[in-house]
Amino acid sequence: MSQHPPTAAFELQGITKRFGEVVANDAVDLSVDAGEIHGLIGENGAGKTTLMGVLYGIHRPDAGEIRVAGRRRRFDSPLDAIHAGLGMVHQHFMLFDSLTVAENVVFGAEPERYGLVDRAVAAKRVAELAERYGLEVETGALVGGLPVGVQQRVEILKALYRQAAVLVLDEPTAVLTPGEQEGLFRVLRSLAAEGTAIVFISHKLPEVLTLCDRTTVLRQGRVTGTVVTAQSSAEELSRLMVGRTVSAPKIEPHEPGETVLKIESLVVSGRGPDPAVDRVDLAVKAREIVGIAGVAGNGQSELAAAIAGLERPRSGRIRLGSAELTSLSVRERRAAGLACVPEDRDGTGLATAASVAENALMGFEGRPELAPRGVLDSAAIDRRAGDLVDQLRIRTAGVRAAAADLSGGNRQKLVVGRELAHDARLLLVEQPTRGVDLAAIELIHRALLDYSSGGGAVLLISAELGELLTLADRILVMLGGRIVGELARESATEERLGLLMAGGG
Amino acid sequence: MELLGIFDATLTGSLLRFATPILLAALGGLICERAGVFNIGLEGLMLAGAFGAVVGSYFGGSALAGVAAAVLSGVALAALLALFAVRLRGNEIVVGIAINLLASGLTVYLLRSIFGVKGAFQDPALVGLSTLRLPGIDGLPLLGPLLSGHTSVVYVALLLTVGVQVLLFRHVIGLRLRGVGEHAEAAMTLGVDVGRLRTAAILVSGALCGLAGAQLSLGNVTLFVENMSAGRGWIAVVAVMFGRAHPLGVFAACLLFGLTESLGFRLQGLQLPSQLTESLPYVVTLASLFVFRSRTSRG
Ligand SMILES: Nc1ncnc2c1ncn2[C@@H]1O[C@H](COP(=O)(O)OP(=O)(O)O)[C@@H](O)[C@H]1O
Ligand SMILES: [Mg+2]
Repeated sequence: MSQHPPTAAFELQGITKRFGEVVANDAVDLSVDAGEIHGLIGENGAGKTTLMGVLYGIHRPDAGEIRVAGRRRRFDSPLDAIHAGLGMVHQHFMLFDSLTVAENVVFGAEPERYGLVDRAVAAKRVAELAERYGLEVETGALVGGLPVGVQQRVEILKALYRQAAVLVLDEPTAVLTPGEQEGLFRVLRSLAAEGTAIVFISHKLPEVLTLCDRTTVLRQGRVTGTVVTAQSSAEELSRLMVGRTVSAPKIEPHEPGETVLKIESLVVSGRGPDPAVDRVDLAVKAREIVGIAGVAGNGQSELAAAIAGLERPRSGRIRLGSAELTSLSVRERRAAGLACVPEDRDGTGLATAASVAENALMGFEGRPELAPRGVLDSAAIDRRAGDLVDQLRIRTAGVRAAAADLSGGNRQKLVVGRELAHDARLLLVEQPTRGVDLAAIELIHRALLDYSSGGGAVLLISAELGELLTLADRILVMLGGRIVGELARESATEERLGLLMAGGG
Repeated sequence: MELLGIFDATLTGSLLRFATPILLAALGGLICERAGVFNIGLEGLMLAGAFGAVVGSYFGGSALAGVAAAVLSGVALAALLALFAVRLRGNEIVVGIAINLLASGLTVYLLRSIFGVKGAFQDPALVGLSTLRLPGIDGLPLLGPLLSGHTSVVYVALLLTVGVQVLLFRHVIGLRLRGVGEHAEAAMTLGVDVGRLRTAAILVSGALCGLAGAQLSLGNVTLFVENMSAGRGWIAVVAVMFGRAHPLGVFAACLLFGLTESLGFRLQGLQLPSQLTESLPYVVTLASLFVFRSRTSRG
C-alpha cells in the first residue's frame, strides 16, 4: 500500500443494496486511490455491477456512504456522478450505432456554433484525446460498424472527454481478442500513470494479476478480502471468490456405446459463395463427448444450426439413431431425442422477460403432470422449477423472478439444466460457459460429464480450448467449414489444437 | 394519348396542394419517430387543426387568425398525447388511437355546439388562405402551375422540409433527438432529458399537424366537413415509414401520395366513378406498405 499516495479518489463505506430478497451488496467497503488500478473480482452475481451502479448513481443504496475526493456525495442520477468526475464503461456498451465516433463522444456536451454542432471542433477534440492516450479511433466512422474493441475505446473516450478522474470498466475484456486486450491494458496503465483512479471488474484471475495494483474480492455481496495483487496468487484469489479451491473434474475411463449421431457429407450454405459447412462427416456415440474446436466463424455455428433445425442444409444427411433429421421440424427433432444448449443464451436459449419457472417449463409444457388437459398447473410448474434451481444452485430471488434479473452464469445454468432435464439421447451444446464464473463452470462441466456417463451423447462446440481438453473424449477441429483434424483425449494439447485451428499441421 | 392527356395543368397544379397536408403531418411524425415515439395520432391532430382553423378564421376574421388557431389546436391536443404517452408512460399506440377518436368526436360535437350545424360548415364569413403567384415562374408551362399559385402554407411546408433536415442532422437538438430515439438509456446516462425531448417532439408534431389541418380547411377548400382529414394522417404515418424517417425520403413519399390523390381528382373529371378514383391514395398506400415490408424483411 505504501506505493500509493494516500489520497482516495473515492470511498464506499458500508454500502448495502437489496433487490427484493436478494442482497446484492452487503455492507461493502471499497477505497480506490488516484493513480491506482484496482481490481474488483467475484463470480457472476457477486454484486460487482450493482456496487458500481451505486457509485455511478444508477442505484440508490439502502445504506452506506459515498465519498468522492474526500467529499460526501449523494448521486440521484448518472449525470450527478459524471459531474463529480466519475466515468463508467458499462458491460453492455451505451453507444449510438448510427452516430459517428465523434458524435458519440461529445453527445450531451457538444461544441456548438450558432446552435449547430461544430463537427470540425468535435472531431479535433476527440482526435486529440485519442492521440494523447493512444486510443486509436477514426472520428468520422459510424460506431455501429466498428469492432467491439474499437467501440470500447469510444466508451473510454466518452469518459475522458468528460474529464473523469475515476474510470470504472465493467468486465471490459469479456468481449476482446487477446490483441485488443493488450492494447486496453496499455491504455489503462497510461491513464493510471496520469493519476486516474481505475476500477477494473473481471472474473478472470490472470488478467487481474497482471494489471491491478490492489484487488477487492466480492462473494455473494460481501467483501471477502482486499489484497495487494503482487503479494497474492491465483489460488488465494480463487479461494476468496469461491470460498474453496476449485479443482478440475476427474474423468473415469469408459467405453462409448452405440452410435447416436451420424452426419454424412453435410453442406450448409454460408453468406458468401463458399459453403459455411463443407462436406462434414462426424459421429457421436453414447457415453461420448465429442468436442469441436475452431476459431469463431469457421462453420461451427452453422453446423449446430443445421443439427438443431434452425438452418436447412444444402445437402448431406444427419441421422439421430434411426431418424433422418434433415426432413424433420424442430419439434420432431426434439421428439426424436435431441436437446440443445444454444450459443446465444439470451436471444435463443431463454425468454428473458419470462420468469425462471416459465423458462424451465419451455419444451415441457405438453407434459400431463405439468399441464393436465392442457391447463397449466402453476404449483407443479413452480415446484419443478424450484427443484432445478436447487439442483444447479441457481441464485435467484425466486422462481417467479424474471430470467433477465439473473446474472449471466445463473441464466446459463438455467438453460443447461432445462436441456439436461429432457434426458435426450443427444445433447448439442454450444459455448456452455461463455462469460460464466468459476463455480458455475465447475457445476456445468460436472453436469455434462454426468450426463455423458449416464449414457447420453454430447456434441460440444466451444471456443475455450481448456474446456474441450477437460471434457471431450475426442476433439475435431473446424477450419473454413471443413473438419481438418481429430485428436483423441490422450494426444490433445493446446499447442496441437492451436496449430490445427490456424491451418498448420 | 388519352392517358398522357391527364398530365395537364389541373394535375400538376393540384399536386403540391394535395401533398402538403400529408407532408406537414409526416414531418411531425418523422420528428417523433426520430425521438423514439411512434406517433399514430397524426390523423387526430390534423383534424383538430382543420377545425381550429375554421373557428379562428370565422371569429378572428382573417386567415392568419385561422392558421394561428389551427396550430394552437394541434399543440393542445398534442400536449394531451405527450402527457399520457410520455409523462404518464402510457402505451403510445393506445394513447394515439384515443387521440384520434377524441379529435373525431370532439370536432363533431363542437361543430354543433359552436356553429349549430351537422356534417359541414360553410360560411361567407370564413376567410380562406390566399394564394401567391411567384413572379417569373408563374407564366412557365407545367412549372408555373406546379410551383406557383399556392397558399403560403404550401411554401412554408417546403421550407420546413429543409428546416427539419438541418435540425436533425446539423443542430445540437437534432443530434440529441436522434440519440434519444436510438438508445434512450445511453442518452440518459449522458445527461440528456429524454422525457423533455420527447414531449417537445410531440408538441412540434402537433403544431405541424395543425398547419396541415389549416391547409385542408382554409387552403384546398374553405369549409369544415366532419372527419375531413379522411385518413391523410394515417397516410402520413405510412410516409414516415416509407421514407425511412428521413426528411427527403419522406418528402418523396408525400409527393407520391399527393400525386395519387391529384390523379384521382383528375380522373374524376373524366367521368370515372368517384368511389374508384377516391380510393386511389389508399390503394397506393397499401401497395407501398407491401413494398416497404418486403424490402425491410429482406434487408
Ligand atoms: N435490477 C435488478 N433487479 C433485481 N435483481 C438484480 C438487479 N440487478 C442485479 N440483481 C441481482 O443482484 C445480484 C448481483 O448482481 P450483479 O451486481 O449484476 O453481479 P455481478 O456484476 O457481480 O455479476 C444478482 O443476484 C442479480 O440477480
Ligand atoms: Mg456484472
